[in-house]
Amino acid sequence: MSDSIKVGESILSVEDISLNFGGVHALKSVSFNVNKGELFSIIGPNGAGKTSMLNCVSGRYNPQGGEIRYKDHDITKLSPNHRADLGIGRTFQNLALFGHMSVLDNILVGRHHLMKNNFLTGSVYWAGGAQAEELEHRRACEDIIDFLEISHIRKAQAGKLAYGLRKRVELARAVALKPDLILLDEPMAGMNLEEKTDMARYIVDLNQEWGMTVVMIEHDMGVVMDISDRIIVLDFGMKIAEGLPEEVINDPHVKQAYLGDDDDIAQVSA
Amino acid sequence: MNTELLIQLLVNGIIIGTLYGVVAMCFTLIYKSTKIINFAQGEFLLIGAWVCWWILNQFQIPFLFAFLLCLGFMMVLGILLQVLILKPMIGQPIISIIMVTIGLSIFFQAAMKWIFGVAPQPFPPVFETKSIEILGLNVQTAYIMSMIISLVIMVGFAWFFKYSRMGLAMRATAFDQQVAQSMGISVKRVFAMSWAISAMVSAMAGIVVGMVNGVSTGLSHFGIKVFPAIILGGLDSIIGAIVGGLIIGVLENMAEFVDGQYLHWGNMYNIAPFYILVIILMIRPYGLFGTKDIERI
Repeated sequence: MSDSIKVGESILSVEDISLNFGGVHALKSVSFNVNKGELFSIIGPNGAGKTSMLNCVSGRYNPQGGEIRYKDHDITKLSPNHRADLGIGRTFQNLALFGHMSVLDNILVGRHHLMKNNFLTGSVYWAGGAQAEELEHRRACEDIIDFLEISHIRKAQAGKLAYGLRKRVELARAVALKPDLILLDEPMAGMNLEEKTDMARYIVDLNQEWGMTVVMIEHDMGVVMDISDRIIVLDFGMKIAEGLPEEVINDPHVKQAYLGDDDDIAQVSA
Repeated sequence: MNTELLIQLLVNGIIIGTLYGVVAMCFTLIYKSTKIINFAQGEFLLIGAWVCWWILNQFQIPFLFAFLLCLGFMMVLGILLQVLILKPMIGQPIISIIMVTIGLSIFFQAAMKWIFGVAPQPFPPVFETKSIEILGLNVQTAYIMSMIISLVIMVGFAWFFKYSRMGLAMRATAFDQQVAQSMGISVKRVFAMSWAISAMVSAMAGIVVGMVNGVSTGLSHFGIKVFPAIILGGLDSIIGAIVGGLIIGVLENMAEFVDGQYLHWGNMYNIAPFYILVIILMIRPYGLFGTKDIERI
């Protein structure tokens, strides 16, 4: 696969994506470009189509129009599991952990597509290389567990953990895929200040030290402005702004979308 | 009281109960990973037994080879069923899919009658001695084999789900297909695998029962008999299926004992499990081990 993409070159390009649910136009020809090594945020009011956009990239939705290219592959029609194989990982807005499994098992699911041994080669454990493989994957999981500081709960049942910890486990599961591009859908929703600070630190570390390209949806403007390299703003399924954090926050369209119409905006722009 | 008969029936109950448990487990496997209630489960037993019988009669090969050939055939059948018939049904209402499996059940029964006839056929003798005595009890050799096979299958299942990569993938898929897919798991492959495993293991049960009672359409009633076991255990619990199977197996033999010795009403053997089914559904609608639906209000 083309690992030849250098930092700063385009890793994901979304062109003219349109998505309809019957008569509802969730996305109207949205285009943007994410470069390798970037921390890219998608913001916008509720119902703007942010999660729909993410779902188009991860393969849960199939857009009616447009093209999504990842590392120079056209992935528009690819099934979600193949996209995961190509190196796209994601977390979900509403927690989607495998609740009855242990934290470690949850993370191991993320390693699934990297494992090669099967039921038969696994049964000749030592001879088939399964042992070496298992060790390698367990070690990778331990690295992730250490990094996200969840080693004290590794054996706990995922469904019984506190909300903030579950969010962290979900991030760990997505990281376990060893993705080049990680999609985070509201990683900090419903967290308190301390948890948010931690999460922001993990995301920045993933981006800078682990070299993952991050596409993030987030509502907390303070965090978004602090850590993002670039931002796009969606409203009613359309892209209304794109650029550096300071450019975006001063954009009149963005103010309009966030603050409301008419009178208010007249005052703001005055 | 006739203690000897009681113990004999108890042993029979445990043996037949493990078979119920194995078939119930296959049923639960399909339900868990694909959310399909498979009414054609009993027909897997029927097809497996007939195919094995046919191979044994047609070619003079050892039983073990015929058995393995038959399993290979069932694996292909299971995958084909999933790919050709059930995959196009994804996204359709659950009731339509259930109707399809009922249709499959009728089709397979008729096809088996058409191909192999309606008369029950005895299995060629596999073991030299038909039954052996253990502690003064008369036990069919085939049942001993079935007991061993069942236990091996159960341990195998547990091991597979807990430690293997595909087992983990199946558990993940059972929990949430969308999320599993985002983790790089091929849901198509998981579905095909559950049907293949389910068909193969059911066929093993079919062969064992066929060896004792002969091969006939009656084998498919096993699929119906297994229902109380599944409901008792809770539709989505593998352990529940095994425990449910054991309980139903023992219960129907105990019902037979009480009926034969004291009540003389007749046919309690067949009816008792369904009484239990009704009572269980009244007290615990989600079964003994099933997932309790918690509704958010």
